[in-house]
Amino acid sequence: MARYFIRRVLSLIPTLFIVITLSFFLIRIAPGGPFARERDVPEAILQNLMKRYHMDEPLFKQYLRYMKDIIRWDFGPSYRYRDLTVNEIIDRGLPVSMSLGVISLTLAAVGGIAVGIISALKQNRWQDYVAVSVAVIGISVPLFVMGPVLQLVFGMKLKILPIGQWISTNGIKAVILPAVTLSFPYFAYIARLSRASILEVLRSDYIRTARAKGLKESVVVWKHVLKGALLPVVTYLGPAFSGIVVGSIVIESVFLVPGIGRPFVQSALNRDYTLIMAEVVVYSVILIIANLVVDVIYGLLDPRISYK
Amino acid sequence: MRKILFAFFALLAVVGLSAQEFTIVNGTEPASLDPHAVEGVPEHRIYLALFEGLTINDPKTNRALPAVAEGWSFSKDYKTCTFKLRKGTTWSDGVEITADTVVKSWLRKMDPKNAFQYADLPAMYIAGAQEYLDGKAGPENVKIRAVDKYTFEVQLVGPIPFFADMVSHYAFAIVPIHAIEKYGADWVKPGKIVSNGPFVLSEWKPQEKIVVVKNNKYWDAKNVALKKIIFIANDDINVGYNLYKTGASDWTNTVPSELMDEVKLRKDFHVAPQYGTYYYIFNVTRKPLDDARVRKALAMSINKNDLVNKVTRGGQIPADGFVPPSSGYTPAKGYGFDPTAARKLLAEAGYPDGKGFPTLTILYNTNTNHKRIAEFIQAQWKENLGITVNLLNQEWGTYLDTRSQSHNFDIARAGWIGDYLDPSTFLDMWVTGGTQNDGLYSNKTYDELLAKSRLTSGAERYQLMMDAEKVLIDQDMAILPIYYYVTQNLIDMNKWDGWYPNPLDIHPWKFIRPKK
Repeated sequence: MARYFIRRVLSLIPTLFIVITLSFFLIRIAPGGPFARERDVPEAILQNLMKRYHMDEPLFKQYLRYMKDIIRWDFGPSYRYRDLTVNEIIDRGLPVSMSLGVISLTLAAVGGIAVGIISALKQNRWQDYVAVSVAVIGISVPLFVMGPVLQLVFGMKLKILPIGQWISTNGIKAVILPAVTLSFPYFAYIARLSRASILEVLRSDYIRTARAKGLKESVVVWKHVLKGALLPVVTYLGPAFSGIVVGSIVIESVFLVPGIGRPFVQSALNRDYTLIMAEVVVYSVILIIANLVVDVIYGLLDPRISYK
Repeated sequence: MRKILFAFFALLAVVGLSAQEFTIVNGTEPASLDPHAVEGVPEHRIYLALFEGLTINDPKTNRALPAVAEGWSFSKDYKTCTFKLRKGTTWSDGVEITADTVVKSWLRKMDPKNAFQYADLPAMYIAGAQEYLDGKAGPENVKIRAVDKYTFEVQLVGPIPFFADMVSHYAFAIVPIHAIEKYGADWVKPGKIVSNGPFVLSEWKPQEKIVVVKNNKYWDAKNVALKKIIFIANDDINVGYNLYKTGASDWTNTVPSELMDEVKLRKDFHVAPQYGTYYYIFNVTRKPLDDARVRKALAMSINKNDLVNKVTRGGQIPADGFVPPSSGYTPAKGYGFDPTAARKLLAEAGYPDGKGFPTLTILYNTNTNHKRIAEFIQAQWKENLGITVNLLNQEWGTYLDTRSQSHNFDIARAGWIGDYLDPSTFLDMWVTGGTQNDGLYSNKTYDELLAKSRLTSGAERYQLMMDAEKVLIDQDMAILPIYYYVTQNLIDMNKWDGWYPNPLDIHPWKFIRPKK
């Protein structure tokens, strides 16, 4: 297990290397540059700007310089935000995005599994129909529609929740709408997934055996059904987590959350090369680690799987 | 009874206090707080709170008002401007601001090593400065000097009667050299930053908000009514508007165009003429756009009244000339809507009823408003001239590259808002080889008229500029003016005083106060 874990962590390095290299060159292919303005920057200033950010060097040399810096986790200066380094921007935003992501994922998992259980046990009754309908809405309505609709209802009409801004302005209430919005599609998917897999397990032989032994229904459900039925849900949590963290880009703009998603969008528009690179690296690391964690949990839940 | 009274006064205090706190939805996260690195509108608003130059803009007319300078005078030929500094003005840490501070500040802005955007603005007007910015001469070449502790003198490249208006621009900011020397690039961070405006920085949460509080060391502090201003960083136009609607903000200029019909009915919505123009650039090097008759025909076949009434709907003003009107300056007459004459011109150019006219493309940066306008114009040209044009949208960075680097377009959407109230900010754009001359227009007469205008002053100068615009528009129709921008602000004037609509949309904070 430990060896497997170490091997997986080490495999991060070549993956990241490829991601960084590809992004570095792809970004430079995009037309325009960080210093393009409607009112052209005079040649003399442009030359000095290029020198300042080493953009006057050959591209490959810039790449080597970047690689050398990034090994020390130094993302360099931002082209747009002159007063901040890219590390400062990431360090401030990442905890916000991560907490929003973790809260949303918890909401989605807990809520989704609960609804899944209820609708599976009450299959084809009204509880089931309500749950399935909500799930369909959740999966089909995009985040950028869901967000403003919730803002309209809870912020503008009922006036019980703030429509935007973060904890320092509105306290913990600020988290509710973004977290709910962000979790919704995942909640819906998890509900559907757990419903289907519980139904499948309920019909399996070992559950029939358990019931035949005369076990109480609650023991059957909690001890036998769920353990088997939740495996697919756990597998889904990895991609769900990275999806939630990336999906928060939209949510952060709609609810003015000071995470890393908004600077990501801005950096692409501004051709803020160093910031785009840093965001890509951070998102990649999150994705890879999320998948790794899922694999480990998977092994713990299912005795048939062992890692060597 | 005493308890009730106490509670009553406590409540009064709270209400009074909150009325001195002001929140603004400020737009995207500022690129920098360093006045010399500033270049956008959100940054400018923060600059106006934290810093003050030699002059500031009058909140109604945008003309210069005394600030760090208590007065100024020009030499007879308008080539030298002398500012008298107010004695005893200090930075928020108590260090005095002298003529020497101004000299060092302006040199910092233009120092080629610092590579500040907009450094070319002062360099364009101050004698000897361009050579310094280009790295061809040292700082001693720049003709600014401290005559004595409180007298600052600038020699200009020519007669520039609007120079005092111009120095209110952030490109002429005065910065705390002593703090910059001490902290380096970190000097703008909370706890280190020193400023001289009506407010000082108290809190800066990137991507979230910036909070400034009243600066008690400000020379005019007794006339500053607000105690605190909160700048909300926001890049979603709908959220900005909703924050204002729910009362979470006192002022915003983010108005979603889809909601214009609703917004227009609000009493707190203020529309006023702005010193800016929305226009299309013709690439005059391409056929058939190299023919002035074709360009005129295209201009005359757009019903701009319909465009502003049915498409943009925000009170914009149809423009036939390029420079927005201002006192003493009448823009070129241009060509109004006249489809019959347009068809005749097009026929003269060799395209009767649009036959044989190549399919041109309108380039615009991705944005719903630009799209709607382009679609309207596309339909107008089809209907009135019988010609087909394609639309092409590109994301901002790509669009800028196409427009100003590769010049690979036929017709491109553009807009320009003046940095200061002088027609030259619009006309200088179209001189041969100018940095903003993306349509590659070139006319010797035009260049000469503008060159001459730089050597004169007063009415003569304005006349030369008006003549130049006549060449640009009436004779050549080198660009296609569409409408004059308007400022669109939401602020409740029953609650606030001292805020006025103005052509540059610049609103100094010291004048804004709760209404009594």
